[in-house]
Amino acid sequence: MGVSIEVNSLNAWYGTNHTLQDITLHIPANEATALIGPSGCGKSTFVRCLNRMHETNPIGKVTGEVKVGGVDIYSDISAVEVRRRIGMVFQRPNPFPTMSIYDNVASGLRLNGYRNRRVLDEVVERSLKHAALWDEVKDDLKKKSGASLSGGQQQRLCIARALAVDPEVLLMDEPASALDPVSTAKIEDLIFQLKVQYTIVIVTHNMQQAARVAERTGFFLNGKMIEFDSTHKIFTNPSDKRTEDYITGRFG
Amino acid sequence: MNHLASVLAVLATILVIAPLVAIFIDLVYKGTSSLNLNFFTKIPAPVGEEGGGMANAIVGSAVLLGLASLLGIPMGIAAGIYLAEYGRGTKLSNVVRFTADVLNGVPSIVMGVAVYALVVVPSKGYSALAGGVALGIMMIPTVARTTEEMLLMVPHSIREAALGLGVPTWRSMVSITLKTAMPGVITGCMLAFARVAGETAPLIFTAFGNQFWSTSLNQPIAALPLQIYVYALSPYDEWHRLAWAGSLVLIALIVVSVSLVRYVTTRGVLKGAS
Amino acid sequence: MLLCALSIFAIVALIANELVVSSKLTLTKFGFKFFVGSAWDPVNEDFGALPFVYGTLVSSLVALVIAVPLAVGVAIFLTEMCPKALRGILSFLTELLAAIPSVVYGLWAIFVLVPLLRGYIDPILIKLLSWTGLFTAPDFGIGMFAAGVILAIMILPIISSLTREVMTAVPYSQREAVLALGATRWEMIRMGVLRNARIGIVGSVILGLGRALGETMAVAMVIGSSPTISKSLLAPAATMASVIANEFAEASDDTYRSALIEIGLALFLVTIVVNICARLLVWAVTRGAPARAT
Repeated sequence: MGVSIEVNSLNAWYGTNHTLQDITLHIPANEATALIGPSGCGKSTFVRCLNRMHETNPIGKVTGEVKVGGVDIYSDISAVEVRRRIGMVFQRPNPFPTMSIYDNVASGLRLNGYRNRRVLDEVVERSLKHAALWDEVKDDLKKKSGASLSGGQQQRLCIARALAVDPEVLLMDEPASALDPVSTAKIEDLIFQLKVQYTIVIVTHNMQQAARVAERTGFFLNGKMIEFDSTHKIFTNPSDKRTEDYITGRFG
Repeated sequence: MNHLASVLAVLATILVIAPLVAIFIDLVYKGTSSLNLNFFTKIPAPVGEEGGGMANAIVGSAVLLGLASLLGIPMGIAAGIYLAEYGRGTKLSNVVRFTADVLNGVPSIVMGVAVYALVVVPSKGYSALAGGVALGIMMIPTVARTTEEMLLMVPHSIREAALGLGVPTWRSMVSITLKTAMPGVITGCMLAFARVAGETAPLIFTAFGNQFWSTSLNQPIAALPLQIYVYALSPYDEWHRLAWAGSLVLIALIVVSVSLVRYVTTRGVLKGAS
Repeated sequence: MLLCALSIFAIVALIANELVVSSKLTLTKFGFKFFVGSAWDPVNEDFGALPFVYGTLVSSLVALVIAVPLAVGVAIFLTEMCPKALRGILSFLTELLAAIPSVVYGLWAIFVLVPLLRGYIDPILIKLLSWTGLFTAPDFGIGMFAAGVILAIMILPIISSLTREVMTAVPYSQREAVLALGATRWEMIRMGVLRNARIGIVGSVILGLGRALGETMAVAMVIGSSPTISKSLLAPAATMASVIANEFAEASDDTYRSALIEIGLALFLVTIVVNICARLLVWAVTRGAPARAT
């Protein structure tokens, strides 16, 4: 079951670059929330603050509060624990090339100490089914390497890998931008199904995509969050002129 | 586990740096006491007498390295030019590059034995020439590889500019491309030079060593590393001290060359490649 | 230009040829038995090179056992853990290790390392491990173990710098993927970096082996020059390279010399094969980018 995310006065830096300025918002549970905005507006940085990946960069710095399911991920628990409970899918699929499909999906579990064969088999099958990849790979689980799949399949493999550890939130940073339209459609269908069980935050360049899959949308510009509302409202009757300009394609 | 791994990694680094530090400290400590004017101007004294030096070994090394450079540098640069400019991408050049790597991997003692059979036997004697040949052959792969690398770093725009001016390929290659890559090529030569400066094994049966001054290139000649080897294995304390001093001189030479190479390549003094 | 490039072939061919021709005497006299016979008796013209093959293999093995964990440890430290400011100095220092000539290592080994081993380390090894038969008295400091230790120090830089190269070649996206699953730093290094780089690391180890096989001077100075095969690592021994260095000058007759040259031929062939394997592996990982001259 998914949880909600509370962000309060989040600020982030890359060195001296103040990338995110005072972001405050509430992401509801079991919904898909889209983040849109022009290149460099900070939306990717925002998402990476939600699972404490931003700080893995030596010049990355974060201040503020992020509560996931009531737990402040910056002070109540360790970064490693945060990342186990919040899954991430990256822009370019990054399956482990030296591991089979099975091992890829199981990698998160193995990292957490799960060794029981039966448990692993079960979780791998369940995750691949959830990621709508099971039928395509069920005969080659241990024979094919993670990198031998097509781009769209690789991305679904990465989704399965993230789902295998049973996260409460799934972060997706432009998951379909490197894929062809058919694969993109498949991923979007997937998000519809995943919403039921997880809270999804998806960064996207593609406004139509946001309109298609998300209940809520946030518009970012120059490190600030300009508007955060129901997707319908953002796209038909935005409150802020800058949002309207972006939606109608006047810039970005 | 995380902590243990970090500790082990740091420990490994310390264990690796420790011998280096120890060697340098010992060299300075044991070597400087024998570094006096005699060392640089006198030849070895008869056993038991004080005041000998390694002048003939230092000069001998210089001679051998000069001969080696005469052979190794032109051939290496030419091969490097071929690899970068004329043969680029061809199967032949891949094979040549591969063969150069193979040559690089040949143990120096085997090189010495081969040159013994090639030069010493027909000329019926050990000689500086033989030693120079052995060392020269060893320089070729390093010089060739660095030359190729440096030439490849010259931006295509420069070559195109030369061709656009109507300069024939050969000419543009030498006066423009090569000139631009020259600082890098020179550092490659220095690297090869520093490498063979310390080589002993190939000299054992080619240059052979000499307790006195050599008067011709056809005679055996002393060399610094050879002398260090002989002295280190000898039972005389005086000679041991000379061995340390000689090592200090040798290391100083090599450290200076390596540092210079690093300085040039990391500070990007390669004007053409910016 | 082409001529010079082709002449590199010629040189290698010449070397091979000279070695074969000059060892013809013993090649024809002993055939393959040369490498299985363990009697090395120049006086009676009975030559068996097994002790030297054994010495080369064992000393190289000892060197690898010591050097590989250390080299990989240093590589991990420098690529994943080291603060940027220290990185330059430390990698420069490891490069310097590679620049020290073999004879200087040998000199230091004779006067510093061997007394250290004999006085402190070997006694501990004998006390703890003599039940294995590998470390038994008598111990004079020089011998197989001393040679293995100095060889380890000598091959460390090349294994370490190549390992660093293949580790750095692993794309950052792989490290991120592991971190995002909730891995600790060590788990990230193990699963995201080392695992991806393992082929290249194996290649660098083989390259280190190639160096160890052919290393002459330092080994010749501390191995004890005894053409015998002993179980104890603390006993004196000899390697293919060290016997050539130590006995060539005394080789008075043609058969003796031919035997030594035949050993040189064997060394030539072995190191070529090992280096080819290593280069292929490293090439496979770094995709054929011209290896730096260091």
